[in-house]
Amino acid sequence: MTAATREPSRPTRDGSAGLLARVIALPPISPRRAGYLVERTWLITRHTWLIIVSGFFEPLFYLLSIGIGIGALVGTVTVDGQLLDYTVFVAPGLLASSAMNGAVYDSTFNIFFKLKYAKTYDAILSTPMSAADTAAGEITWALLRGMFYSAAFLLVMLALGLVASPWALLALPACLLIGFAFAAVGMAATTYMRGWQDFSFVNLAVMPMFLFATTFYPLSTYPEPLQWVVACTPLYHAVELVRGLTIGLVDASLVVHVAYLAVMGLLGLRVAAGRLEKLLLR
Amino acid sequence: MIHARGLTKRFGEFTAVDGIDVDVLRGEAFGFLGPNGAGKSSTMRMIGCVSPPSAGTLRILGMDPAADGPAIRARLGVVPQQDTLDLELTVRENLLIYGRYFGLSRALVRERADELLDFVQLTDRAKDKVEPLSGGMKRRLTIARSLINDPEILLLDEPTTGLDPQARHTLWDRLFRLKQRGVTLVLTTHYMDEAEQLCDRLVVMDKGRFVAEGSPRELIARYSTREVLELRFRADEDISVYGEKLAGLVERIEVLPDRLLLYTDNGDRTTEEVHARGVRPAGTLVRRSTLEDVFLRLTGRTLVD
Ligand SMILES: Nc1ncnc2c1ncn2[C@@H]1O[C@H](COP(=O)(O)OP(=O)(O)OP(=O)(O)O)[C@@H](O)[C@H]1O
Ligand SMILES: [Mg+2]
Repeated sequence: MTAATREPSRPTRDGSAGLLARVIALPPISPRRAGYLVERTWLITRHTWLIIVSGFFEPLFYLLSIGIGIGALVGTVTVDGQLLDYTVFVAPGLLASSAMNGAVYDSTFNIFFKLKYAKTYDAILSTPMSAADTAAGEITWALLRGMFYSAAFLLVMLALGLVASPWALLALPACLLIGFAFAAVGMAATTYMRGWQDFSFVNLAVMPMFLFATTFYPLSTYPEPLQWVVACTPLYHAVELVRGLTIGLVDASLVVHVAYLAVMGLLGLRVAAGRLEKLLLR
Repeated sequence: MIHARGLTKRFGEFTAVDGIDVDVLRGEAFGFLGPNGAGKSSTMRMIGCVSPPSAGTLRILGMDPAADGPAIRARLGVVPQQDTLDLELTVRENLLIYGRYFGLSRALVRERADELLDFVQLTDRAKDKVEPLSGGMKRRLTIARSLINDPEILLLDEPTTGLDPQARHTLWDRLFRLKQRGVTLVLTTHYMDEAEQLCDRLVVMDKGRFVAEGSPRELIARYSTREVLELRFRADEDISVYGEKLAGLVERIEVLPDRLLLYTDNGDRTTEEVHARGVRPAGTLVRRSTLEDVFLRLTGRTLVD
């Protein structure tokens, strides 16, 4: 009971910053207790590690087919007046997308099963663990797993000479942030799902983002109004953040991407924790 | 240990627990009895701090579940009505991780897990997955799991449902030993023999309210007679006819589908009187009154339907 807990109350200031602080104010989370849930998943992973390893190959295959295969046809792309090899351009897009995909998968299908069928959380909540601890623990796991994939992918990029700047080192924490944002929102969405059929909505959100949110070609391809639409999607910010870092185009816009993803994650976490409590503590 | 006043649980319009008052003392074994849907599990979940009360006060170990849920749950052991074992883990891992949720060290958890597996006789299944275990084994594992944090209060919601007779007796013996060690037991059950064996005090619940309260002995004295004469008839006979024939013979007659129960203080004398009225049952049995009879009297229903 003595664990450090994050206080839900934040200083309330006037204006939008104060409002934002209140909206994303989290219930108290004990990192120690959230850690126990990570431990649980780790125990399970020891039985199923092969599945985990297999998850690494999907983005790799995309990189080989689209990056190298199609890259040979496309040649180069221009970003901010800079001429880039298509493979160099598309690799960070694939990295960011796979961080999203992994986090969404972990936090929707897996969590729905545990919530509705396995009754895993019913047992957990009869211990000192709180709903917020549980949500944080699950999201942390999704992050750790995502980090493993991202690191492996970055190494492949490095080996293939697709990393253009030492800033790329920061792509790893950037992927963590992307994972956090999508896992938290995915989990929040999952708590609203009534049955497996609702998962088609997940694909409906994720698939078009993957295809259209500048993963494969620059934003300038679109006419002006469409550019605005695309710029609102979370994957756009994720892709642009990672791409900025790996190609070494570092400017103030990266801060906007980081802020977008951070707020998205905190909001998701808050909703997820609240909803878990509603669903399970009846 | 547990103190409730006007404790109420509503699900929408429906009131599952309707303003009950309970006090459970340290070291006591307290039972909730009642037919299906009486509100036993709803009450247990409120006590287990996993279901917020809709109204009334509730104090557990002197604390308020709304404010100190985690601190209370740290000192409770819970056996829910339906097993909530972690099907993705092995038998032993279930105990290990559950202990970790309570913040216990890995070394301590390992030690206790092995003790408890022994206690519920599952040591040889320690490395197996939970899924293929039999229902009774899962139940035993759930019970072992509830003890991992060395709880002060043990909440058991129908602990022996699904166990074979031998396993039930073993479990009663284990529970009795826990009680001797000072653990407070709170349980719900449909089995009268279980309640008589284990409970110092119990309440009979029906439709969310208490209809009687006391020790098993007191309840029998208050709501039943010393003896019960059971008359069995052939399946093709209309029992209610006999019920009418024997009316007034004893204080109370219960007409069940397959038999008549006559509540009397002297079973042998009543048997003679039954014969004197020309009723010839296929079989007669004089037995002592049990809680089952109390239950029938109070709720108009048999327990296991
Ligand atoms: N989550 C819930 N939502 C709506 N109604 C509920 C919920 N949980 C229980 N109830 C209702 O409350 C009533 C009491 O249920 P409860 O599970 O407490 O009964 P019980 O005494 O444990 O019965 P049993 O002997 O069958 O286990 C039932 O009518 C049940 O339908
Ligand atoms: Mg019940």
